[in-house]
Amino acid sequence: MANTPDYHWPPMDQRKVIGTSPKRLDGPVKSSGRAKYTSDLKPQGMLFGAYLISPHAHAKVTSIDTSVAEKLPGVKSVYVAAPAGTEMQYQGWEVAAVAATTEEIAREATRKIKVEYEVLPHFVKDEDLASAGANAKQGGERLVGDPDKAFADAEAVSEGHYGIPVVTHCCLEPHGQVIQWMGDSINVWPSTQNVPGYAGDLSQRLQVPATNIKVKMDYIGGGFGSKFNPDAWAIVGANLSKNAGGRPVKLYLERNAEQMIGGNRPSAYAKIKLGGKKDGTITAWQTDSWGTGGFQAVSPGQQPYVFTNLPNIREVRTAVSVNAGTQRAWRAPGNQQASYLTCCAIEDYAHKIGMDPIEVFKLNAQYAPTARIETYRYQLDKAAELADWKKLWRPRGQNGSGPVKRGLGVAIAAWGGAGHAGKARAVINPDGSVAIETGTQDLGTGTRTIITQVAAETFGLPMSQIKLSIGTSELPADGGSGGSSTVGAVSTTTRKSSMNALAKLYEVVAPSLGAQPEELEAVDGHVRVKGSPNKSLTWQAACRKLGSTQIAEMGENVPRSAQAEGLNTQGAAGVQIADVSVDTETGIVKINRYVAVQDCGLVINPKLAESQVFGAIIMGIGTALFEERIMDAQTGRVLNPDMEFYKLAGIADIGNLVVHMDIRPENDKRGVIGLGEPPAIPICAAVGNAVTNAIGVRVPTIPMTPDHVLAALEGRIG
Amino acid sequence: MSSKKDSELPVPPKSGFSRRGFIRGVGIGSGALGTGLLETEAAAAAPATLGPGPVPITLNINGKPVNLTVEPSVTLIDAMRNYLDLTGAKRVCDRATCGACTVIMAGKTVYACTVLAIDAQGKNIETIEGLATGSALHPVSKAFYDNDAQQCGYCTPGFVMACKGFIDEHPSPTEEDVKHGLGGNLCRCGTYMGIRKAVLQAAKEMKGAVKNG
Repeated sequence: MANTPDYHWPPMDQRKVIGTSPKRLDGPVKSSGRAKYTSDLKPQGMLFGAYLISPHAHAKVTSIDTSVAEKLPGVKSVYVAAPAGTEMQYQGWEVAAVAATTEEIAREATRKIKVEYEVLPHFVKDEDLASAGANAKQGGERLVGDPDKAFADAEAVSEGHYGIPVVTHCCLEPHGQVIQWMGDSINVWPSTQNVPGYAGDLSQRLQVPATNIKVKMDYIGGGFGSKFNPDAWAIVGANLSKNAGGRPVKLYLERNAEQMIGGNRPSAYAKIKLGGKKDGTITAWQTDSWGTGGFQAVSPGQQPYVFTNLPNIREVRTAVSVNAGTQRAWRAPGNQQASYLTCCAIEDYAHKIGMDPIEVFKLNAQYAPTARIETYRYQLDKAAELADWKKLWRPRGQNGSGPVKRGLGVAIAAWGGAGHAGKARAVINPDGSVAIETGTQDLGTGTRTIITQVAAETFGLPMSQIKLSIGTSELPADGGSGGSSTVGAVSTTTRKSSMNALAKLYEVVAPSLGAQPEELEAVDGHVRVKGSPNKSLTWQAACRKLGSTQIAEMGENVPRSAQAEGLNTQGAAGVQIADVSVDTETGIVKINRYVAVQDCGLVINPKLAESQVFGAIIMGIGTALFEERIMDAQTGRVLNPDMEFYKLAGIADIGNLVVHMDIRPENDKRGVIGLGEPPAIPICAAVGNAVTNAIGVRVPTIPMTPDHVLAALEGRIG
Repeated sequence: MSSKKDSELPVPPKSGFSRRGFIRGVGIGSGALGTGLLETEAAAAAPATLGPGPVPITLNINGKPVNLTVEPSVTLIDAMRNYLDLTGAKRVCDRATCGACTVIMAGKTVYACTVLAIDAQGKNIETIEGLATGSALHPVSKAFYDNDAQQCGYCTPGFVMACKGFIDEHPSPTEEDVKHGLGGNLCRCGTYMGIRKAVLQAAKEMKGAVKNG
């Protein structure tokens, strides 16, 4: 190409589709029940799979006999995932699976598999580090500055302990797939956040060439970070299919297994000590933290959160291994925990010195990454304004004499959100039809809609004229939808591929308009000479000049160079405030109002962005008030692998939500930043601080259940 | 937590209308099912045991009788999804907690995961597939679309049916009514803000509509 097109986003005041809020394209098909999720599919000849999972937290399989199950009429295939000798490290571990003509027969057959276990000792509770023994692996000490001297010089010191438990993703569509393994080729319809990466991973594990694996998914019923790789159940499903002569097999986790092994967010507990000045400046920070990510231990994230440039820090982090399902990325991995620990400790310091926590956060924003300092200060003020902080906030414990106390709490968040590596293809046909093809996936975040908006903006066409193809492995590969990286990637690849395709079109059309290709623009359904609107062709007429030759051009997002192009970038900030009422007689916490101020760079669709923030807050309120995977120390089992006792927030539990998207021009000019994660981070901290502010004592451990609240009020450990 | 409306719980057996009566009824002949007369006639018949193997049943779904053969232990949601390819309703908690499987049966919203298919015989079952014809959207579906009340969308069909049932019984709800009345359905993506608005919009648009219409 002679000239590289100018890919930059049009200036704010010249955008026609970007920055507007067309309704989500998949809305009608979803709200009418016509959207086919992979768990809805029933390809010809499909068999139903069912799992047998380990009832024990830690056990060795000593023998397994599938002969009775195999003879059951209707059973077509039995696969042993844990042969004799396998040591299983948590309840829910996959033991065996059956494929049969009906789901009822498959389930019945799993009950007829005879397994003998040698039950081994287990350890499942990580709240008390002292009891963890050899299951705890302490990391090295991290030392910044001279914390001993800083604490000795401090005008005030506050100390506290805080905890945030394991929660599960609880995707409504469980993990699984329909999979068909015939000869050396595989068709798979998974529930995945990673359509483009799925075949490569499966290929390695099944020794089938990736080119022979076709992956297709139109809709996914929730992932939240837990659905990237093919997982054990894809391997089991594939083998069931192969053993059944290549018939497709549907194998999804039952709800109990989903809650046990479908992924979870690691816990984090910490003892934190802060020292500083009476004006609110924090000068010293000490953290001893621990937590668990299941059998594969992970330690909590670094402290302090956001205020990473504090001058004096001592930190020791410990990973605790437990016999429970393995952690997975959970919508801002590590960040909810880190935000909770840091923001609660700062709130306690503010209380210690008798200051308004908003002022303490603003003052110590000096220790945030330089580029974000003023953003945090602006957002703290904005959130305080929207929450009526000045009017409603009272110092801790001074919230009236009645049994119901009102309190406010603040917390902050940070996230990257740059676009992942990916490619898109833009196609212009001689008949004027336009297609965007990219192997991404729409998790319900609005990916389809924003790609189409970007293409419509770039081609100067209505959205209805753009045909979008996503969701298969046969398209140019995008990346997995994790880390809030999708919107940055697909907006960039769509923009660049569309501009590249237009450049080709301009080369063909320019002579007939008596202009150079780089003098042309596509606006309002026309290709015209910039500055000379009279010299124009309709889009259709321009495309007819292609004769019989289609244009198909690629666009790529390369993370290393993306920031220089200015299309997408990273670094989002957010501040949130919870306004709660706590009944000190029952311990019940009610959300009155919840305010979120969020920056995410250039916003392509404000309505969808707002929905993302609403969703993140609502999910967060569930984790702040209700959610916890409860382990039984005696049996090692999960006590609530269901949805009655693993409680999600309902429509009445969330109060009124106020979302303010921080779309000031200085944020807009940075480019597109992902939004799935950032607003999901600070909710536990904001709610925890609000409850503490209301009732006058720190409730250390999330969730803010009546039990935890009353324990704190009564002086028992919360 | 939110309370659940009675209308969203499985319908308790009415007098003379029991699971056993149904089972007997099927033994007499499924041709009479759907008339609503069967249970009283069947009450006098001798006890019969059905299952555990598959038995033929007839479900009246979206105004049409559908014959299928299922084990008596099969739930309505599994019958719909696995045997009839009616996959709008989802199986999520499978224990009457989340509402993703909500359908309207005999005029009441029920959790289809907690109704046996054989017990659903003789009752009008309305699923999301029957809400609208062609490509047009039912006012409730349209209200969900208009108010961005879906993200991943897996809870959405259940929510839409719960809203339909709720509006049928509460044609002029307040926002407080909505919070109370839709407490029997759960969403993981957090679409409740849109749903609150959607229910109010749909109620407004459905004013004057025939019940169950």
